[in-house]
Formats: sequence, C-alpha cells, structure tokens
Amino acid sequence: MIELIDVYKSFGEQKVLNGVNLTIPDKKVVTIMGKSGCGKSVLIKHIIGLLTPDKGSVLIDGVDITTLDITELDRIREKLGVLFQGGALFDSLTVYGNVAFQLREKTKLGRKEIRDRVIRALEDVGLKGMGKKYPAELSGGMKKRAGLARALIAEPSIVLFDEPTTGLDPIISRSIHRLIRATHEKYQYAAVIISHEVPGIFEISDKVAMLYNGMIEEYGTPEEIVNSSNPVIKQFITGSLEGPIESLS
Amino acid sequence: MKILQLLGSWGLSTVQEMGHMTIFLVNSLYTTFKPPFKIRLLLRQIRFLGNKSLLVILLTGAFTGMVLALQLFYILRKFGSEALLGPGIALSLIRELGPVLCALMITGRAGSALTAEIGMMRISEQIDALTAMALNPIRYLIVPNIVAAIIVFPLLTSIYNVIGIYGGYRVGVKLLGISSGTYFSLMKNYLDMKDVMIGFYKSLSFGIIVSWICCYKGFYTGYGAEGVSKSTTEAVVMSSILILVWDYFLGTFFV
Repeated sequence: MIELIDVYKSFGEQKVLNGVNLTIPDKKVVTIMGKSGCGKSVLIKHIIGLLTPDKGSVLIDGVDITTLDITELDRIREKLGVLFQGGALFDSLTVYGNVAFQLREKTKLGRKEIRDRVIRALEDVGLKGMGKKYPAELSGGMKKRAGLARALIAEPSIVLFDEPTTGLDPIISRSIHRLIRATHEKYQYAAVIISHEVPGIFEISDKVAMLYNGMIEEYGTPEEIVNSSNPVIKQFITGSLEGPIESLS
Repeated sequence: MKILQLLGSWGLSTVQEMGHMTIFLVNSLYTTFKPPFKIRLLLRQIRFLGNKSLLVILLTGAFTGMVLALQLFYILRKFGSEALLGPGIALSLIRELGPVLCALMITGRAGSALTAEIGMMRISEQIDALTAMALNPIRYLIVPNIVAAIIVFPLLTSIYNVIGIYGGYRVGVKLLGISSGTYFSLMKNYLDMKDVMIGFYKSLSFGIIVSWICCYKGFYTGYGAEGVSKSTTEAVVMSSILILVWDYFLGTFFV
C-alpha cells in the first residue's frame, strides 16, 4: 500500500504539491488525473524516491521512504516497476537487453531462466520476436510496451505508469489500457497511472484521483468521479474552457 | 548596490556548483573501489574514448611534431645549435605539449560526445529508470568513463608523443637536413625517466579532469535539446580551461 500524507513540494517560488493526501491500496488500479503541468509526474517521482518532499511523508507498505538512506531506499525500490513517459529504454541495448537488464544485474538467475522470463514478458505485451530490435527501431506504442515488459519483469508489487498513452493514437492507447488491465489481472500489482486520457482511462481504473492546485480535489470510483457535481471535475471531464480550471486564454 | 548583489549571487552559485562537483567526484571515486565492478562497461568506454579519438590524435600529433621541428630549427639555427632539434622536440612533446594538446583533442572529440550521451540519457529519463530499478547510475555511467579515461589518456598521449617525434624527424632529417643519428642520439642524452613520468602524471590527471567535468555536465544537464547542447559546450570550455590551469600548477611543481 502507498500512502502520501500531507506532501508539500516547491521548486523555487513555484508550489507544485500543496498538501497531497492519498492512499493507494494493494492490488488496485488507481489513476491520478489533472491538467498538464499540475504536478502529476512530480507526485510519481516522490513515490519512486527520485524527489524528496519539502514536508510530509510517503509510506510504502508502512515504511516512510523520506527518512531512509540510499541502501534502504533501494530495497523499497525493488518492489516497484516504473513505466516512464517515453519508455526510457536504454538506447545502447536491444529490447531483449532492456527487459533482461534488471534480472541480470539484480538477481542470480541463470541465463536460461532469464531468457524464458524475458520471452514470456515480451509475449505478454505483444512483442514476441522483437527482442533483437533496438529502441530507435520501435514505434511509440512498441516502446511503451517494451517499457511495460521491463517494468514487469521483476514481478513488482507496485507498478507506476507515467502517462502511458501520451502521444499515441486512440486505438493504440486503448490497446495499451487493455494491456495494463490484462497484466494487472495476471500479476496482481497495485497500479498508479498518471493520465489525462478521460474517459478512456476510467475503463481500467478501480479508483480515480483528481490533482488540482497541488491537492487531491476528489478521490473515488470512476462512477463517483463521472457523476461528481464538483465543477473542477466536471470541467476536466468535459474539456470545457469555462470553469475553475484556467485555460490558455 | 545592484552590482554588489549580482556579484554576491554569482559568487554564491559558483561556490555551490564547485561543492556539488566535488561531491560528485568523491562519490564517483568512492564507487570506483566498491564492487561489483562493471568490466564490460569499462571495456566499452575504453573503446568509445580511444577509438573516437585515435585518428585525430594521430593527425594532430604528426603535425604538432612537424611544426615544432620548423619553429625550433629556426630558433636553434640562430645559436648554431641545430643538433639539439631532436631533444628539443622530444622534451617539448613529452613534458608539455603531448599531454596538454592530446587532452584538448580528446575533450573536443570524445568528451563532448560523452556529455551529450549522458545528457540525452538524463532528459529521456534513462538515468531515472536506472535509479528506479535500484541500480546506482554512478556505477553504470560515470565510473566506467572515469576509469577508462585514466587508462586511455596516458596511452593516447604516448601515441601522440611517438607520432609527434616521428613528424619532427621527417621534417628535421628529410627536409631540413639534420642527420638522423644526431636527432635520436642527443634525444637519448637529454631525456630521462623523470621527464616521461611528468608527462605521464599530467595525462593521468587530465584524464580525471576531463571525464569528471564531461560526466558531471551530462549527468546534471538542463531540460531538452537546448539543455544538452549548453551542457556540452560548458563541458568542453570548462575542461579546456581546467587542463591549462592545472597544467600550469603541475608545471610549477615539477619545474
């Protein structure tokens, strides 16, 4: 379980997180939505321990990771899998090398066992036979799928998805959503998805949180969010230019 | 008053950056001696640094020796000491020009590529991906480069020196008419192991400086392609200046 308790974060004068409180239960898919630049990725970086809050706590399975030294933090990170926005695949390695990387470096598994697991992971994400390709040879959707295979290879209990469908067409986006759901059902991880793909993302979410002005504006099931009378939620879902959320004009 | 404020702010940020850079180097050197050692990555980086720079080292080394021969011959002839051309070229190259020019060439050729590569890894979140996998990016990206530079810089410098001396030989003996025996025999008389070791220490320390600055600038690059381009320029400029400044201090120490 992940718990964010009263998390504050500023960059210079800019307040990004302004007292975030959020609980992400085990084995559930939770989506965090919000307008671009509202701090969703900053929030996910706090869960990975890439950023430290100015104030507040981030608890993973009851352990406050903001107080840990690097060795203890790495032990917690071993429970995490992360799918970064652009896939963040290592350019110098093939798809196979990318997916196998963590197993080679962090486990004592034999070559055959690693090969079997990588092939299985690539099959799970629909990249069978693509192991020899380099990231530069893949399309955007394939990079995300390879990134997902890499995130899942160590069978983490928590997987974080940073905008898994940004820049993809609606059909590929939907197939990625289904893939997340299918792998979730298979591996039973807790998923945190950063996304503003509404309402598509609701299909695969157990709960949805809206981040607004550095705080969680509302948190509930997709039905509760869709039927919310909160003007911020209504405006975000409908994409209206009129309302409390500032638009470009 | 505003000028004072600006100066103070510049001074503070400079001291902060220097502290940050020092911590980065200490952390990298500490990680260097801590297992597991990444031998395969080290070999890859030796190839990267060495292979990228070899051709440019061969070319610049040869022409440095040839130009040195022309200029030294002109000066030595005024004192009737043309016979000292060989030792003059060898001492200039081995003690000073070889390590310095070679380091500057590697900085321009491979150092800039190193900053750009690490910088691209930073902006495409590959470094964050390593951290998220509980793997220390310093061990995977920085240590292999620093160790590779410590190995490659003295090797390339020695190649630079040999090619430079040969370039000087071609000009001095074949073009300016100095006898081949004089060129090499006097070189043997005037050059000793201390001179070779001075050049070796210099190239070793330049290797650490260049890999440190180039890796640091890439590791903490700014946002986007503009950030990487700015970091690459800064890395080359800062490395080049530090090479010359450090060379002066080493020069006063070994004089």
